[in-house]
Amino acid sequence: MKKVFKLEELGCANCASKMEREISKLADVSNASVNFMTQKLTLESDQEVSEDTVKAIEKIIKKIEPHCRLKV
Amino acid sequence: MSRARKTIVRISIGFVIFLAAIFAPVSGYFELGAFLLAYFIIGGDVLFRAIRNIAHGQVFDENFLMSIATIGAFFVGEYPEGVAVMLFYQVGERFQDYAVNRSRKSISALMDIRPDYANLKKDGELVTVDPEEVKINDVIAVKAGEKIPLDGIVIDGYSMLDTSALTGEAVPREVTAGSEVLSGCINLNGLLTIQVTKEFGESTVAKILDLVENSSSKKAKTENFITKFARYYTPVVVIVAALMAVLPPLLVPGAAFNDWIYRALNFLVVSCPCALVISIPLGFFGGIGGASKSGILIKGGNYLEALADAEIVVFDKTGTLTKGTFKVTELRPQNISDDQLLELAAYAESYSNHPISHSLKAAYNLEIDSSRITAVEEIPGHGVKAVFDGKAIYAGNHKLMQMMDIPYYSGEIIGTAVHVAIASEYAGYIVISDEIKEDAAHAIAKLKASNIKRTVMLTGDAKIVGEAVAQKLGLDEVYTELLPADKVSKVENLLEGKSSKGKLVFVGDGINDAPVLSRADIGIAMGGLGSDAAIEAADIVIMNDQVSKISTAISIAGKTLRIVKQNIAFALGIKALVLVMAAFGLSNLWEAVFADVGVSIIAILNSARALKTKEEI
Repeated sequence: MKKVFKLEELGCANCASKMEREISKLADVSNASVNFMTQKLTLESDQEVSEDTVKAIEKIIKKIEPHCRLKV
Repeated sequence: MSRARKTIVRISIGFVIFLAAIFAPVSGYFELGAFLLAYFIIGGDVLFRAIRNIAHGQVFDENFLMSIATIGAFFVGEYPEGVAVMLFYQVGERFQDYAVNRSRKSISALMDIRPDYANLKKDGELVTVDPEEVKINDVIAVKAGEKIPLDGIVIDGYSMLDTSALTGEAVPREVTAGSEVLSGCINLNGLLTIQVTKEFGESTVAKILDLVENSSSKKAKTENFITKFARYYTPVVVIVAALMAVLPPLLVPGAAFNDWIYRALNFLVVSCPCALVISIPLGFFGGIGGASKSGILIKGGNYLEALADAEIVVFDKTGTLTKGTFKVTELRPQNISDDQLLELAAYAESYSNHPISHSLKAAYNLEIDSSRITAVEEIPGHGVKAVFDGKAIYAGNHKLMQMMDIPYYSGEIIGTAVHVAIASEYAGYIVISDEIKEDAAHAIAKLKASNIKRTVMLTGDAKIVGEAVAQKLGLDEVYTELLPADKVSKVENLLEGKSSKGKLVFVGDGINDAPVLSRADIGIAMGGLGSDAAIEAADIVIMNDQVSKISTAISIAGKTLRIVKQNIAFALGIKALVLVMAAFGLSNLWEAVFADVGVSIIAILNSARALKTKEEI
C-alpha cells in the first residue's frame, strides 16, 4: 500500500526530516518519506492507511510545523 | 495580501523604527524601548514560534536559537546588534524562501508532463474528462497542441508528435493509424483519434512521474550522512555554547561574563544545519530532475551518487550497441555488378519469410516481378535453388555451395553470408549483419574520455561478429558466445576486478537481462519507452535508444556530486571558521548570521545549478 499526501506550506527542510522520522515510527507505517521540494509525504504501509493513522500524522505535523497542512 | 508580502511590510516597518532608534537622540530606557519595539515588530513571529515549539517539546529549533541569541544580545547591552541580527535573519529567511520557491517551480516545470484532461468520445460527442476516468478501449480525441493523456493506438488521423518530454529527443515522431502512442507526448499538428490501451495509472506518463517523485525516498549516502550529522550538530554546538557562557568566567580570572556570553551567542546563531539540510537533497533532486528532462530516469539519489563513481561500463551487444535489426552491410560480387548480385539474391529469397530475406528485399527496394522467377525450391538449412530469367541460380550459406560443388569465398566473413551462384559459376556473396547504432562509437569514445577505466561488451553472438563490433567501437574487452547465465558470472568476475570505490555499470535492453541488471552496481536499461519490464528491472532507464545518453547520465551524476561536495565543504567550512573565530572572540553576530542564512542561500542557489543540464551531443 502506497499513499501520497500533499503537505501545504511546508517551509523548513529540517522540519521535513523531523516529520519523516516521527511518522516512520507510527505503528502501521512501514516507511514514510517527506520530499521537501515537491512538498509531498509518501507513506508505505502493509494495510490500508487508517483514519487514526492520518490523525496521528496530522498531530505530528502540527507539532513540528503548525501552519503546515496535510492534504490527500 | 499574501503571507509573504505581509511579512515583508512588517519587516520594513520594523527596519524604519530601527533606523530611528539608532539616530534619534534618546538614551536610557527610551533608547531600550525604541530598540525593543523594532525588535518585536521584526522578530515577533520568531519569538512566538520559539515559545510555541518549546511547548510542543521542540527545543533547539532555529526560532529558539535565534530568539536566545538576540535576547542575549540585549542582555549584554548590544541593543542595535540584537535587532540587526534578527533583521538580517528575517531578510535571509525571505531570500531562502524565494530560492526554495524558485527551485520548486523549476522542478514542477520539469514534471509538467501530467495531462490535465482527456477529450472522451461519448455517443458521438466529445466530453472533457479527467484522464483517470477514461477506461481501456475508450476512444479519445487529441487536438493539435494538446498532450496525449493516456497510452493507446491511433485509429484515425495523421500527425507529428513531440516526444521530448519523455525522451529528450528534439526530432518529432510521425504517427498515423495503427501507431502506438504514449501519454505525455504533445500532438503537434493533426487531429488524432486514439483507442486507449492503458488506464491512466498504468500509462507511461503516470509511471514516469511516479518514478521521479519517489526517487527521493531512495536516499544517497551523502544525504543520510547529512541528516544524521544535522541531528547531532545542533545539540553539540548549543551545549558547547552553554558551557562557554558559564565556565570561562567562573574559572579564568579576569574573564568577563558579557564577553563570553557574546561569544556563546555567536555559537547559537551558527548552530542551525539548514544550509546542508536544504541544499543537499535539493542537489540530488535537481540532478534527477535534470536527467529526466534529457530522457534519463534515475530511480534514486543513491544511484546518481553511485554513477558518479562509475569505473567499468559493461554493454550487452544486441539492442544496446547495435540496433537489433538486420541489414545488408556488404556486397562482394564476382564478375557481376553490385546491383545484379543483390537482384539475384533478392529474387531467390523472394518467397521466403526469413528475416534474411526481408533484409535482402529491403536493400533491393524494387518491385519483385514474380514472372521472372520459377521453380523455387527451398533446401532447409542450406538455402534456395531457383530458375531466374531462364538460368539456374543458387543462394544460401556455404553448405549450399559445398553441396553444389561450387568454389566459393571461404575466408573470414563478419555477419551472416549469403553466397550466390549462377549455374555452377560463383557470383559472390552478400553480408547481412546487425547494424551498429550511429552514435555508439562516439558514445564509447566519450565514456573513455571521462573517468571510465574499462569498457566491456558481452554477447551471445559468434566470436568473429562480436570481436568485429568491439573493434569498430573501440571497446577495451569483449566476451562472446555467452549464454545468459554466463553473462551473470562474467559480470561477477568483473566486479571482483574493480577498485573498492569504483562502480560497475551494466547497460542492457532490459528485456532478457534482468538478472545481470540487478547483479551490477548500477543497471541501466536502454529504450525503456513503452517497456514496463525495463522500467521495472533497471535502476536507471534511458527512454530512447541513444548510447550517448550513458555518458550524459554519468556527467550529470558527476556534476551533481560536485555541487553537493562544494556545498558541504562551503557550509561546514564557513561554519567552522565562524565557530573558531567566535571562540576566540574575533567574530561578531553579523558574521554568524551570514554563516547561517547567507551560506544557506548561496548553497541553495548552487544546488539549483544541478537542475540545469547542458544538451550534449
